[in-house]
Amino acid sequence: MTVTDTSVVSAALAALTTVRDPELDEPITTLGFVASCTVSCQGRAMVRLRLPTYFCAPNFAFLMVADAYDAVTAVPGVTSAEVVLEDHFASDAINQGVAAQAGFVKSFDGEAVAELGDLRAQFLRKAVMAGTDLVCRPLVAAGAAPAELLALTLGEVPPSPELTRLRQRRADLGLSAGDDAPLLVDPQTGERIAAAAVPLHLRKARVTRAGIEANTSICSGMFRVRYPDGWTT
Amino acid sequence: MYEKDGEKYFIVDSHMHYWNAAPSNWVKGAENYAKGWIECFHAYQSLGPKETHWPIEKFMAYTEDDLMKDVFEDGYVDIAVFQPTYLKEWYAEGFNTTERNAALGEKHPGMFIANTRFDPRDGDNGLDELRRNVERYGSKGVKLYTAEWNNGSRGYKLSDPATYRYLEKAQELGIKNIHVHKGPTIWPLDKDSFDVSDVDHAATDFPELNFIVEHVGLPRIEDFCFMATQEPNVYAGLSVVIGGLMHARPKFFAKVMGELLFWVGEDKMTFGSDYGIWEPKWQVEGFVDWQMPDDDELSDYQKLTTATKKKILGLNAAKLYDIKVPAEFLVPAQAGAPAAQESAQLVTDS
Repeated sequence: MTVTDTSVVSAALAALTTVRDPELDEPITTLGFVASCTVSCQGRAMVRLRLPTYFCAPNFAFLMVADAYDAVTAVPGVTSAEVVLEDHFASDAINQGVAAQAGFVKSFDGEAVAELGDLRAQFLRKAVMAGTDLVCRPLVAAGAAPAELLALTLGEVPPSPELTRLRQRRADLGLSAGDDAPLLVDPQTGERIAAAAVPLHLRKARVTRAGIEANTSICSGMFRVRYPDGWTT
Repeated sequence: MYEKDGEKYFIVDSHMHYWNAAPSNWVKGAENYAKGWIECFHAYQSLGPKETHWPIEKFMAYTEDDLMKDVFEDGYVDIAVFQPTYLKEWYAEGFNTTERNAALGEKHPGMFIANTRFDPRDGDNGLDELRRNVERYGSKGVKLYTAEWNNGSRGYKLSDPATYRYLEKAQELGIKNIHVHKGPTIWPLDKDSFDVSDVDHAATDFPELNFIVEHVGLPRIEDFCFMATQEPNVYAGLSVVIGGLMHARPKFFAKVMGELLFWVGEDKMTFGSDYGIWEPKWQVEGFVDWQMPDDDELSDYQKLTTATKKKILGLNAAKLYDIKVPAEFLVPAQAGAPAAQESAQLVTDS
């Protein structure tokens, strides 16, 4: 018999809020991807995940399942965990791979030649660009010229949730994120943007944000069609 | 033809389908994929207005009569371009083949353009098939589905040497337009499967061909836009953009349109309904009525002129396919902004 330990479940759910869809840069909990999360009295956690379509990209799906496994396993009181992706064409390969801690390459034998670190970093860079637009747009609306934005450090920008998020993403990438760090940096190198390239940088930041937002809105629209009941714990 | 407020619009639906996804066409052992695929498409339909939704049974296998009514009679379309998608690993006779499309097209002369397709993994036989299709159906374009499964392979890239061989052959046969669809299962899986950089390489190396990136590279609009600014022969296919966003997510539709007009430009954007996912009627009516909203956040995006809409809804695609458009539908040659000059300048300056 499975009996749910509610305090550990709460802790496990809190841990799952730290797991993001790398492509949409949103927690899997707010996206509705966590179908259920239970913990038995013996400390065995059971998490079921689900995605907007049967054909969502398996690499991102793998990252979410593996990250959810790591997050839940680290919760005090959880002694073992099973994370299962449901209703997906690659469910078996992903679920078995994560359960066996086999890594991505082994889980998709012959279809992948590298683990997913580079892919994750590539999408963190996109998140940094989108975050740059979120932080800069109010400054531009308040009259900041490109040269002024270029001169700003993170510590000089008024605090906001968007700024905190941008700092976190930059830190995740190993880029400077402290008060003295420049606001406008190349997400690949971490270097401050050259003056002549600021207009293009801001435009790229803007289109990156628009792309992620459009993508998220389509994914959430598809998700609601597939799972109209939302999510339950 | 669509007419509103005294303006006449020539409509080219540059991306539509006539598929058969009925259970009787599902490959034994691959039913989950066949079912999953069409259910996924059907979910997309729900992003359109409620009164245009179909039951799944009709959606799996709409008829010739449905198509002729929805696209031409009710949907204002003058010329429709069939874009085949084979998926023979899952659908026994194919999902939407050149032959199936062309057979319907032959019954209705002058209404359809039958594109074909190729798969560079099909070797010499595939080259022969491409030649036969071009000769028989007069195809001027191909639809490439780089994520298609083929005999154990889960996808290919436009920059693969095998693809270049096919592109050379296609060009020699008189193909002008390469419609590219990106999907989520391309090999290798550890790379971003929607990455459009392979289109960039091919567009540079085949300057005589036009590359229409369908669904504007969604979900990688940013990468697509940046590439399209630099490649004069790369176009934005608006299928899914209008169908998937205009009704369901108007604010994000505005942003995406604003970005596309800036980076790609109104001369290189083409309407496609993606029928049977969405009917063209509401898309054409809605787009003609649509304008960039007066919203602070959208204030530096370009407003659309009537000429912009005429180009996007038909005149741009008519140029790509050498369709003769009667004079009453044309816009003055210099109407509207030249394609993406400002964005090209931005890239050059930095």
